[in-house]
Amino acid sequence: MPEPDDGHVVTLEINGTRKTVTVEARKLLVHLIREDLGLTGTHVGCDTSQCGACTVEIDGLAIKSCTVLAVMADGASITTIEGLTDTGAELSPVQAAFHEHHALQCGFCTPGMVMSVRQLLKDQPHPSEHDIRHGLAGNICRCTGYHNIVRAVESLASKGDQP
Amino acid sequence: MNDTTAIRLIGQPLRRHEDFKFLAGKGRYVDDIRLPGMLHMAVLRSPHAHANIRNVDLSAAEIAPGVRLVLSGKALAGKIGPIVPNWVIPGSKVPFRPVVATDCVRFVGECVALVVAETLAEAYDAVGRIEVEYDVLPAVTDEEVAIREGAPQLHDNVPSNITTIYKVRGGDYQNAAREADHVIGLRVVNNRLIPTCMETRAIVASPEPDGTLTVYIGSQVPHMHRRWIAETVGIPEHQLRVVAPDIGGGFGAKMHLYPEDLLCPYLARELGAPVKWWESRSESHQSTSHGRAHTENIEVAFRNDGKILGLKVETLGNVGAYLSNMASGGPTVNTVNFGTGTYKIDNYEAISRVVVTNTVPVDAYRGYGRPEGAYIAERAIDAVARHLKLDQVEVRRKNFVQSAEFPYRPYGSTGVMYDSGNYQGLLDKALAAFDYEGRRSECQALRGSGIYRGIGVAAYTHMCGMAPSRRLAVSGFDRGGWESARVSIDSSGRATIYSGSMSQGQGHITSLSQIAADVLQIPIEDIDIVQGDTRQVQAGHGTFNSRSMAVGGSSVHVSSQRIVAKAKKIAAGMLEVDEKDVSYSAGAFSVPGTDIASVTFPKVARMAYVGHKLPDGVAPGLDETVFYDPTGMGSPSGVHLAYVEVDPETGIVDILDYVAVDDVGTLINPRLAAGQIHGGVVQGIAQALYEEVSYDSDNGQLLTGSLLDYAVPRAEHVPNIRSLFQQTPSPTNPIGVKGIGESGSIAAPPCMVHAVLDALSPFGIKHLDMPLTPPRVWAAVQHARMGAAQ
Repeated sequence: MPEPDDGHVVTLEINGTRKTVTVEARKLLVHLIREDLGLTGTHVGCDTSQCGACTVEIDGLAIKSCTVLAVMADGASITTIEGLTDTGAELSPVQAAFHEHHALQCGFCTPGMVMSVRQLLKDQPHPSEHDIRHGLAGNICRCTGYHNIVRAVESLASKGDQP
Repeated sequence: MNDTTAIRLIGQPLRRHEDFKFLAGKGRYVDDIRLPGMLHMAVLRSPHAHANIRNVDLSAAEIAPGVRLVLSGKALAGKIGPIVPNWVIPGSKVPFRPVVATDCVRFVGECVALVVAETLAEAYDAVGRIEVEYDVLPAVTDEEVAIREGAPQLHDNVPSNITTIYKVRGGDYQNAAREADHVIGLRVVNNRLIPTCMETRAIVASPEPDGTLTVYIGSQVPHMHRRWIAETVGIPEHQLRVVAPDIGGGFGAKMHLYPEDLLCPYLARELGAPVKWWESRSESHQSTSHGRAHTENIEVAFRNDGKILGLKVETLGNVGAYLSNMASGGPTVNTVNFGTGTYKIDNYEAISRVVVTNTVPVDAYRGYGRPEGAYIAERAIDAVARHLKLDQVEVRRKNFVQSAEFPYRPYGSTGVMYDSGNYQGLLDKALAAFDYEGRRSECQALRGSGIYRGIGVAAYTHMCGMAPSRRLAVSGFDRGGWESARVSIDSSGRATIYSGSMSQGQGHITSLSQIAADVLQIPIEDIDIVQGDTRQVQAGHGTFNSRSMAVGGSSVHVSSQRIVAKAKKIAAGMLEVDEKDVSYSAGAFSVPGTDIASVTFPKVARMAYVGHKLPDGVAPGLDETVFYDPTGMGSPSGVHLAYVEVDPETGIVDILDYVAVDDVGTLINPRLAAGQIHGGVVQGIAQALYEEVSYDSDNGQLLTGSLLDYAVPRAEHVPNIRSLFQQTPSPTNPIGVKGIGESGSIAAPPCMVHAVLDALSPFGIKHLDMPLTPPRVWAAVQHARMGAAQ
């Protein structure tokens, strides 16, 4: 069994702030975000990259942060759910649409779902219902049955707002 | 004077107050908690379904980096445990269940040893260094096999692997079968499921400087967990504080007592440091309770016109290796008591056997027993319609309990009473919304061109909010049926409400506030709800069995009424009038028909706390606590319709439409109510079409050990749900509300199966067991075609 290594220095920009941390080579980015940076809005819902609860934006692209080693994020710019409301007051359009359409219940999948919806709307500003349902294939929600999540995304599509 | 309610928030589709923290990523779940000096526990689990433990060698783990403690089951024996169930049907044989296995393991995933280390990674590493020698024994995973002669036996005190036998009888089934024109039998499997809360279980136990212990746990039942942990670990209950922070889904899985719930508190006290355990998803599949797992043999006796005369049921409920918390009650009271569903079937005979097997313990999952019971009634009546080639809707209409018959006791039952309902109304509303006649014609027309569409119908009713307390002893349920609420008004007239209910996503902060605001007549923004902390909330039973609005909500309603009653006394003193002349309206106390100036609720609250001018006999303060024990249980009901298209060449089922009409009495918040239906229906669709726990029957290995193998549906796999309501208020509580959370998962499985069977009827396919996956549907079509060709 390999012994834990001494650590690797990772420097990244997280929600607009530059951070440097030392991590084991085996550490996943999601654990760097949650443990080393204390940003617990990004969740771990599985161990096979199925659920999407850990989705964050890396250099502008929504990615499951459990699929990335922390060391691979060296030099990257990352936005987490906390970065969407750093002023504390205003919800971003996707977040506001989730509130408006009751698109969350327990809230556990919500941060990852919001990050994926932002990507979906970037890729397809006017998605059909079919596009939305297939576009969210990487995120599992167990509470809402997806119905109201789809409604929330549709409301953004019809408004043509920027995510 | 009568009080009038100026604002009426019950019934309003308010947006949720609790959304903002979740949307901002500021929800606080147990795994988000980090305490100074916190240690991490990891568990070594059995790789075998059944084996004797010959030796456990901890030595290599003990010297691994960061390790603070390594223990096997033997070291814990006699110190904590055993784990005992909380609902024990009288006469049950209860297997001995140690917290950590000592001599024998009985399912893949059972705890064998544990490590506490400074980091989680170090704990996992050290677990990998523990060496266990096993003598592997034959295993049994199937309930029908487990009760056969010669099957592997799990426990010395459970002969034939049957812990519990439960019988229900009303009327005379044998006579009904003799008088019937037809008697048909069917065997149905209620597939084993994994509840799959998106937040897995986690626990942090933290010793406090004052000698008490705080336990953070994602619990649907915080006060119950306090009692169970206290009794099983040996901690005085008053020195234990259980805090349930935000919970990422429960669905019944987070209301039981698991080994880790006991290990963390024990280890935290032993080591004098906070100890955390977090469950990985794959670990969850083999350590958190599963659901359903029944086989039912059904016999139904009926006349040529479709009228059912009698029903006979034999249930085998697979409960896994031990009797989990409520396990003896699920396949018995919760299932077969409800086997006649919404239908008037006077002659009923049922026997349920609770069976142990070498599998993960099975316990409550969204509906617990009622989905299984409804599946019995619905599959039976659908088989009757199919057998007689009668319309599935008309057969149901003919057999429904009629509105005038409520309160209705099915088959003369003493234990089951449906308080209210209007099934014909539900059916009519559903048919109209669905365009049943139009779609029926469409199905027929399309079949000619090789398009196989089908319509499924399912009706259900059940009982929510187990109560009253004095009746629960009969079935061996070691809890009360009440819920508590404390409404505490501060000196500014704002309210803090301490509720024993516990939201796991339902939105109690919003819905309970709506209930209180209507009575208190104060702005909803001036109401705070506190749940999930046994040091703040006086007492409670928590959230399960769709009880939170009917029982928890009623307790908030009643304690709010007591606040107003006391405030009225104080107001009368302030106004210098008789209390009976005072009216409370729009948040102000006044004397109608006079020119006496009114006094507002905040001013009365201030008076309550300064106490300067209180009437004789009225104590200071405005703070009321109620333990509300209902007189009975409310019975939600519903009719669901599904429209599907089945591709016989691929076996893929496409859901074209789904209409749910549910009667949950008074709607507190239609927006949240519809959300409950959407989520429940999709979990029911998941059971019907996608999800099934698989075990290798030869060696008891769990084949669906991760989310790669267990098919939780994604957005693309499910349809829009058209949720409609009918409101027949429950007479059992002051709000008229009935439970809603379990409705969808009860109705959707039979509804979906019936739709697929209807689509496949041209092939002569009369029965399929869930889940109706493409391979299973395709194979059935191929089989039918081959049979037809021969």
